[in-house]
Amino acid sequence: MEGPLALVVGILIATGVYLMLARDLLHYLFGLILISNAANLAIFITGRLTRAAPALVPKGLEVPPMPVANPLPQALILTAIVIGFGLLAFALALIAQAYKVLGTLDVDSMRIAEPVKPKRKKSP
Amino acid sequence: MSWLLALPFLIPIFTALAAFPARGRPLLCGSISICGCVLMLGIAIAIMILVETGGPRAAQMGDWAAPFGITLVADRLSAVMLLISAIVGLCVSLFSLSDIDEKRVKLGFHSFFQLLLAGVCGSFITGDLFNLYVWFEVMLIASFALLVLGGDRIQLDGGIKYVALNLVSTLLMLTSIGMIYGLTGTLNMAQLHISLATVDNPVAVSALAVLFISAFGIKAAIFPLFFWLPASYHAPPVAVTAVFAGLLTKVGVYALIRTFTLIFPTDLGFTHNILLGAALLTMLTGVLGAAAQYEFRKILAFHIISQIGFLVLGLALNSPLALAGSVFYMVHNIVAKTNLFLISGTAQRLTGSYELSEIGGVYQASPLLSTFFFIAAFSLAGFPPLSGFWAKLLLLKASMEQAAYLVAAVALITGALTLYSMSKIWAEVFWKDHPKSYCSNLYEIPRTERLQRLLPVALLAFITLGLGLVPEPFIDYSLGAANELLEPREYLDAVLGEGSAQYTGNH
Amino acid sequence: MNSLILQTATRVLVALILVFSVYMLLRGHNYPGGGFIAGLIAASAFALFAIAWGMEAAQRALRVPPGNLAMSGVLISALSGMLAAFKGEAPFSGQWFQLIGDKNSGGISISNVLIFDIGVYLAVLGAVLTLIFALEEAG
Repeated sequence: MEGPLALVVGILIATGVYLMLARDLLHYLFGLILISNAANLAIFITGRLTRAAPALVPKGLEVPPMPVANPLPQALILTAIVIGFGLLAFALALIAQAYKVLGTLDVDSMRIAEPVKPKRKKSP
Repeated sequence: MSWLLALPFLIPIFTALAAFPARGRPLLCGSISICGCVLMLGIAIAIMILVETGGPRAAQMGDWAAPFGITLVADRLSAVMLLISAIVGLCVSLFSLSDIDEKRVKLGFHSFFQLLLAGVCGSFITGDLFNLYVWFEVMLIASFALLVLGGDRIQLDGGIKYVALNLVSTLLMLTSIGMIYGLTGTLNMAQLHISLATVDNPVAVSALAVLFISAFGIKAAIFPLFFWLPASYHAPPVAVTAVFAGLLTKVGVYALIRTFTLIFPTDLGFTHNILLGAALLTMLTGVLGAAAQYEFRKILAFHIISQIGFLVLGLALNSPLALAGSVFYMVHNIVAKTNLFLISGTAQRLTGSYELSEIGGVYQASPLLSTFFFIAAFSLAGFPPLSGFWAKLLLLKASMEQAAYLVAAVALITGALTLYSMSKIWAEVFWKDHPKSYCSNLYEIPRTERLQRLLPVALLAFITLGLGLVPEPFIDYSLGAANELLEPREYLDAVLGEGSAQYTGNH
Repeated sequence: MNSLILQTATRVLVALILVFSVYMLLRGHNYPGGGFIAGLIAASAFALFAIAWGMEAAQRALRVPPGNLAMSGVLISALSGMLAAFKGEAPFSGQWFQLIGDKNSGGISISNVLIFDIGVYLAVLGAVLTLIFALEEAG
């Protein structure tokens, strides 16, 4: 099962990079979203794919009676998804606000913070 | 014990929560923020004393044993970083009382500021790679908010670039953490030190090391990954820039130092040569970029990059003296850099602009402020007897010891060019007359605002002087920290339990 | 959007979704579910309400500013981790309190894990709604 999933990770990253190479900020963001999902999937695969019970100890026992799935990658991914969700949602809101204020999503024309030719007078 | 180590991030989080409902009243909100920072300072000092007397300490969160749960670890390096973060936090929150307008306070400036400190302190105290990622993200989202808070056009423009490039770093870090987990089955840094030495796959380990260099390199703004920094750092209000300049990139450097002394000390020839090359190029490009700028804050922003080069240089040389140089440099640089930005803010308040050609006459208007600038700027350039001199001396001595003359030469050139930029600012902002001659006097500013602006600057300048005039205890401390980094036996014992860690002896 | 069908359906759906979100929150203690996903579900209810009835109606229906909701959520989560202090254990240690009956024969117990999850629920709900409202304003 690792093989096909690794392939999916590769496709996601390739698509993401392709999107990020666009000049449009929204494409860039969508590329990031794809790569962030690829990263999560990669963590999932590195935790080894096994068919096993959830890592819960039944009532009255000290250890689970059967082999359980490794819960750590799942916890890591859940955290990463939450964080990624927050960051990307913030980025989306920021891009929307920037479009409203700056009137463009073309990164080449965003030169307010770094003017191409700064006005520079010869100091006396 | 375990509570003491958790307090460095618990205090800012609770301060942020307390400041949020008070955001309608700027003074109260600011006071809460300052109180939080004072508390933090106390805790940082307590941790420092504890570590200095008893060696590294570890605490297991939620009572989960070491390699399985989240571990907090304090050693000399993290203790000094916590202390300096608390000092910077205190100074900037004091300064922000007058620098941050009411609109931004209403939007929750102080809460985001404290959240940023929580992220910074959490990164310094954690002993777990994934937890480090989480704290990085806490820091990142708070910095996003601080950067665009208020929503000026220039802020949005700079913010977009900052967000876009830092998100890439986040993804790189997440991926590399996933890979290292797949390779070793653990994310505890102490356990990784042991496990990674037994991994029989040198190619994968080297690839991982490079992934980590790229991920932390973007955060630390090393060459060629620094483009987000000069694009965004001059956009927000100067109090925000000051705390970013002081702490954010340094967290990246701290993460580099931590991972490359503790987790990847195996393939020194490969990784440390990359770091060395990056460090030298960072120093040069930063300082050359600064030489081309004619805006107060942009010059300082490029100097952040060049200073980062020095910090990474100490790591790349990888000797006790060099690492001690890095630690000392870090402390010196955080103090001086924050101070310079705070001073630039006050200079702008007096003269009305940041453009060098449009301002001047600050020396005449306020000799006191000029003296503080002189101390901070010439310490940055490495003038004796200021703190920067000793920091540079340690690094130079370390490079001479290893017969790395090219490195020493680059360091000296960078120092000279730093002096050029600082003299440029000194001449343009402080010495020459104001072109329109309306530089207001410091005493025209209301008394409370004057105090709020000068007190933090004075405190930081005093620290710079102190570090410069009495360097021995601080150099001794840095050497202690460097030895702990290079010989992590005590660190491993503290985290994994006495002797339970089969020390593999990578060195 | 001014659609009678959507508006009428929304009245029923919002209530259903909110109840479902609480179910997911409580179910998360032992099965798939939990505060984050429940918070997202609840936020989707308000998003639906906003689509059908407009942003202002949704804000009125929420009653409190979403930012406050998010912060109180974080506060609840952080405080639940502090409960361990009363027993002298490490921060964020799991704590169980028996409400009814005794531990061995069942009864009802409450854990700080659940309180933490409730905090997460509120934090996610508040944060997502803050963003949705901000996006609506920007767009």
